[in-house]
Amino acid sequence: MVVYNPLVARKFKPGQFVIVRVCEEGERIPLTIADADDESITIVFQEVGKTTKMLGQLNVGDRILNLLGPLGRPTHIENYGHVCCIGGGVGVAALYPVAKALKEAGNRVTSIIGAKTKDLIIFEDEMRRVSDELYITTDDGSKGEKGFVTDVLKRLLEKNIFDRVFAVGPAIMMKVVSDVTKTKNVKTIVSLNPIMIDGTGMCGGCRVIVGGEPKFACVDGPDFEGHLVDFNHLLSRLKMYEKQEKEVMQAA
Amino acid sequence: MPKQEPSVRIRNFDEVALGYTPEQAMEEASRCLQCKDAKCIEGCPVGVDIPTFIKYIKEGNFLDAVKKIKERNSLPAICGRVCPQENQCEKLCVMGRRWEPIAIGRLERFAADYERQSGSRFVVASSGEKGRVACVGSGPASLTCAADLALMGYDVTIFESLHVPGGVLMYGIPEFRLPKKVVQDEVEYVKSLGVKIVTDVIVGKTVTIDELFKEGYQAVFIGSGAGLPKFLGIPGESLNGVYSANEFLIRVNLMKAYLFPKYHTPIYVGKRVAVIGGGNVAMDAARVALRLGAEEVYVVYRRVEAEMPARREEVENAKEEGVKFVFYSNPIRVLGEGWVKGLECLRMELGEPDETGRRRPIPIPNSNFILECDSVVVAIGQSPNPLIPMTTEGLKIGEHGNIIVDSEGRTSRKGVFAGGDITSGEATVIAAMGAGKRAAKAIDQYIQLGVGW
Repeated sequence: MVVYNPLVARKFKPGQFVIVRVCEEGERIPLTIADADDESITIVFQEVGKTTKMLGQLNVGDRILNLLGPLGRPTHIENYGHVCCIGGGVGVAALYPVAKALKEAGNRVTSIIGAKTKDLIIFEDEMRRVSDELYITTDDGSKGEKGFVTDVLKRLLEKNIFDRVFAVGPAIMMKVVSDVTKTKNVKTIVSLNPIMIDGTGMCGGCRVIVGGEPKFACVDGPDFEGHLVDFNHLLSRLKMYEKQEKEVMQAA
Repeated sequence: MPKQEPSVRIRNFDEVALGYTPEQAMEEASRCLQCKDAKCIEGCPVGVDIPTFIKYIKEGNFLDAVKKIKERNSLPAICGRVCPQENQCEKLCVMGRRWEPIAIGRLERFAADYERQSGSRFVVASSGEKGRVACVGSGPASLTCAADLALMGYDVTIFESLHVPGGVLMYGIPEFRLPKKVVQDEVEYVKSLGVKIVTDVIVGKTVTIDELFKEGYQAVFIGSGAGLPKFLGIPGESLNGVYSANEFLIRVNLMKAYLFPKYHTPIYVGKRVAVIGGGNVAMDAARVALRLGAEEVYVVYRRVEAEMPARREEVENAKEEGVKFVFYSNPIRVLGEGWVKGLECLRMELGEPDETGRRRPIPIPNSNFILECDSVVVAIGQSPNPLIPMTTEGLKIGEHGNIIVDSEGRTSRKGVFAGGDITSGEATVIAAMGAGKRAAKAIDQYIQLGVGW
């Protein structure tokens, strides 16, 4: 979805996100920015909850009630040498500006993108443009290799070619990526997606455990070193409101 | 002042204190001695002419009373509800030496409510000719600073990061203590003076202070409030069901989780809730938890009741409603697997006085006990939000992350002023308003005369 908001668009740097509210009764939810020009930002979301479902129902010309951003610290970009960019599901959209910036900074970029099935592979052309090599995986084998992004990663890691890995996707994917790269000691940056409310540091709802310390994803992140992140904690917190999320979907 | 019955009010989020009737207000006002050398004024951080407004109430001139208050205070319906009057104006009231002090706060609230309900609001709109000023945040400090500047003739714009203006008055203080309608009405009053309020813009990210100057603002006031929640740093604090008071109160007050699922933001309290802390925020969280259906709510505090920083009135309200207090207790561990199951505490005893003059609580060895609970709310304070200091060059910051200002709110950077919790750490609504007021005066001097740096 392309959203007209020049203030946010002009300030956006890869890795940053916005907080969105769609109706008076609505939640405030974080969504990463996939792209921006001088006037507009692109947000990509999967319809999983009430807010994203309502976003999906908007038509061209409609207004989003509230949009705040760009929030979070931008991804640190420099010429590391050879980087591997890994994206899963809608996370590929958030990965794209990072990969693009890494390419522009002079890195050799190898990308691996994956999804459950071929229809859920997004930003393939965009990723191909900014990558030296692009691998695609699907869980059901309907496109690219059958399997997970981490299967390709494991194979590539055997060659010891990566100076840094960047991963954006479901928490479980980022956990497995971090576990895999840890065996080869390749520094890995993940973009965390915890429950968040205000997005400005106030509520502490987005706290994650990094290196044993609590950190707030909205002001300290969303990027963190994957090897230091307590993913079990993140996965547990993401499930905190599962029951209520179903309840609100069923409510009229 | 009449209140909702405890058994009734713990089932709703409506305002607890119902306010004076005109007869009650006139009767209370008639007790005022109209001291020539009125001590109460000295106790008011914004210097409201208290005896005169009370005289007007006594005479039944309620609108004149509000007009008098608003010469100094643009948010009387809010202050009348949440100021700690017992430590300020009312503490110095001569009547209080032998009898009850005059209920100045309740009279202020009465006058403001009367004006609001009468629909005849007295407004002087700003000419905007004296210059342009930006205020960061829309809590009590900024609203006051902006209103005062507008009354002086400035063109003022407030930038707010949340989707509604009001800051802590909206997200922090519960509906039953400060109805959001009252806050929005006072925000409307500030707007009616000519102040513009832009929501969904976070200064430090969407725009920087440097950019505000480039856009032609001649001075900037930072009233961005406290910010980052503090945690205890004890094991188990990251379990599901542990909330910072800010998250807990934002979910309920701002996002209206008490109306879930009509409103989409959920909250979970379970049957038993432990709130850690002894301030107003802890009282608010405890009383919110009761209203959300918790059967038992404990306030865990490491000192004793008399030393709790919370307002007496709110402690009494909490007690009436059935909140249980666990004094001399310090949490050392949150228990549970995935979800909270309990809170392990140590009993405390009092040792030597510390830097605050209060005797320091020290743990009694092997006095561990466990409070069974389904959720925990940590209400032990905030540290200043780092966003603006991080993105503004030349702003001197104290060791706790607060912005350093002089007594008039001037920061280390020319043209930049600050006030409220971002400078002082946590304080009261009225203290923030006092800071906003002093800064407005200093901003006027700076823009008109170029003085200050």
